[in-house]
Amino acid sequence: MSRVLLIADHDGRTLNTGIARSVACARQLGDVHVAVFHTADTDAPCAAAAKLDGVSRVLSVSNPANNAPLAAVLAPQIAELANGHEDGYDYVLAPSTTFGKDVLPRVAALMGVPQVSDLMEVIDARTFKRPIYAGNVITTVKVPEGIPVLATVRIASFPSSGQGATANIVSATVDAELPTHTRYVGLEESGGGDRPDLQSARCVVAGGRGVGSKKNFDIIFRLADKLGAAVGASRAAVDAGYVPNDMQVGQTGKIIAPDLYFAIGISGAIQHMTGIKDAGCIVAINKDGDAPIFEAADLGLVGDLFQLLPELEKALDAGE
Amino acid sequence: MKILVGIKRVIDYNVRVQVNRDGTGVVKDGVKMSINPFDEIAVEEALRMKERGDAAEVVVVSIGPEAAQQQLRTALAMGADRAILYQAEEEVQPLAAARALLAIIKAEDPGLVLLGKQAIDDDANQVGQMLAALWDRPQATFVSGLEFIDSVARATREVDAGLEQIDVELPAVITVDLRLNEPRFVKMPDIMKAKRKPLDIRPFAELGVEMPPQLETGLHEPPPKRQGGIKVESVEALVKALHDKGVLS
Ligand SMILES: Cc1cc2nc3c(=O)[nH]c(=O)nc-3n(C[C@H](O)[C@H](O)[C@H](O)COP(=O)(O)OP(=O)(O)OC[C@H]3O[C@@H](n4cnc5c(N)ncnc54)[C@H](O)[C@@H]3O)c2cc1C
Ligand SMILES: Nc1ncnc2c1ncn2[C@@H]1O[C@H](COP(=O)(O)O)[C@@H](O)[C@H]1O
Repeated sequence: MSRVLLIADHDGRTLNTGIARSVACARQLGDVHVAVFHTADTDAPCAAAAKLDGVSRVLSVSNPANNAPLAAVLAPQIAELANGHEDGYDYVLAPSTTFGKDVLPRVAALMGVPQVSDLMEVIDARTFKRPIYAGNVITTVKVPEGIPVLATVRIASFPSSGQGATANIVSATVDAELPTHTRYVGLEESGGGDRPDLQSARCVVAGGRGVGSKKNFDIIFRLADKLGAAVGASRAAVDAGYVPNDMQVGQTGKIIAPDLYFAIGISGAIQHMTGIKDAGCIVAINKDGDAPIFEAADLGLVGDLFQLLPELEKALDAGE
Repeated sequence: MKILVGIKRVIDYNVRVQVNRDGTGVVKDGVKMSINPFDEIAVEEALRMKERGDAAEVVVVSIGPEAAQQQLRTALAMGADRAILYQAEEEVQPLAAARALLAIIKAEDPGLVLLGKQAIDDDANQVGQMLAALWDRPQATFVSGLEFIDSVARATREVDAGLEQIDVELPAVITVDLRLNEPRFVKMPDIMKAKRKPLDIRPFAELGVEMPPQLETGLHEPPPKRQGGIKVESVEALVKALHDKGVLS
């Protein structure tokens, strides 16, 4: 059976929700080991990874240098693990999160092999589908024989694996020379409050330039809270400073697949739409009846959002 | 300090890209081509550094078809000092591009390499990271803020959780995100001036790049189309439709 090494994305406390989805992809390819790089105090994600259905082993790699997700520090360790001593891995996967996108190409270059970005479907052991041109085209790529397959997994394309497993957690030592030329300074989390995580939320309410200001965005947050939803935004809304960057949905933001997505005051540019292609139901509220968003929306409502959203809140209250 | 900026010629971001008839690629005839938007931001950042006195020279390079001269000329018109095109008519995949850029670095010895975070044709998002690995130097990807203190760059990175800051020792590879800056408009006199700036065209083979294994690309297809939906007339109708679909918990 083929051996798959999946690199965990975590923040020292919790495992990124993209890992459960990546496992669903990885288990189609072989026996899945999850590698968690951490320090002595940040091993909690190992236990979380061991629970994921389809994972047969968790490799716990503890090193004080692993206190931050620095690609330059992690890549040599991953390449070393992947090459293995006797038995290397046939696949090295990472989720298409900013972490995975940062680190995996560095690993690929160290190993001298190409990388498949945003793997969205497994055709066979070496053939995969992936989106290009902002998702306007799907292409099929084949990794040549005789080399390991490296890929980032487009997490919105896969369901989450369940949590019934009890994989062994094995500590692994990796012998690699680690650079000191890159240093972590800090992370400014925008802190979405107690709202669900945008990447895994079942319902997302997103606002665009049409919302008009940072203050007006309260109306989006209010609807989201009523629905127990996460909040997203278009690039224009982020650029204008209405909300922080980590709320951006689209080609250069987050690619998400909620059951229900509200696009409010968003025109529906291709770069935005590529982020919500896999959403279950898209609802658009826009005052311009010709906005492209209506071509993709399951349910469209034409009108002024400042009038319609308060009405919607009321109607939802009445239905409770 | 010399700054090297990598530029890729791509289909303009406003074009609705179509798969060609036999599914071997996309329609490129008569389609507007541009500098990859992220690379334009990289050029802008390099120019601002030069204007601030943080850099002495801005060199733009592209590995691509002969026609990529147009994009290099645009970068020269923006203000870059000189341009080099390594002409390759066939597709150059990210690892090969990274090896080529490494060979160029060996010749040019820049203090900083600025690239886009991804080329919007293949959306690979790989070259900068690969180049940094091969060069054995730091990388800062998805950068939306950049400051320099002596020989260290403090980069603000747009990551899933928010804004991350890292310090990288120079030389380093920085890949830029959209919010780093807004590129300047090119004025007519600058276009005229750019015609006299050096643009060197050399064969790709001259770089002596050992070609890595490449992905074999097969069929290109349009994405599954979302079923067009309906417009509802009122908020009540919307809420009813959402209940009917069972998406409101
Ligand atoms: C390389 C590249 C990458 C990009 N990546 C992304 C990305 O990841 N995500 C992204 O979103 N964009 C991305 N973009 C930008 C994208 O092209 C669009 O510019 C952006 O999505 C537009 O945002 P918007 O819909 O909020 O704004 P607009 O296009 O300005 O639309 C605003 C909409 O609000 C409506 N409106 C205004 N007032 C009201 C009102 N009172 N009530 C109801 N409706 C109202 C208007 O009718 C309009 O349709 C990218 C662009 C490039 C070049
Ligand atoms: N053929 C090329 N010539 C010059 N620079 C390139 C080339 N391909 C990619 N790059 C640079 O690498 C960045 C990332 O590209 P990619 O990894 O292909 O998405 C681009 O934004 C460019 O700055």
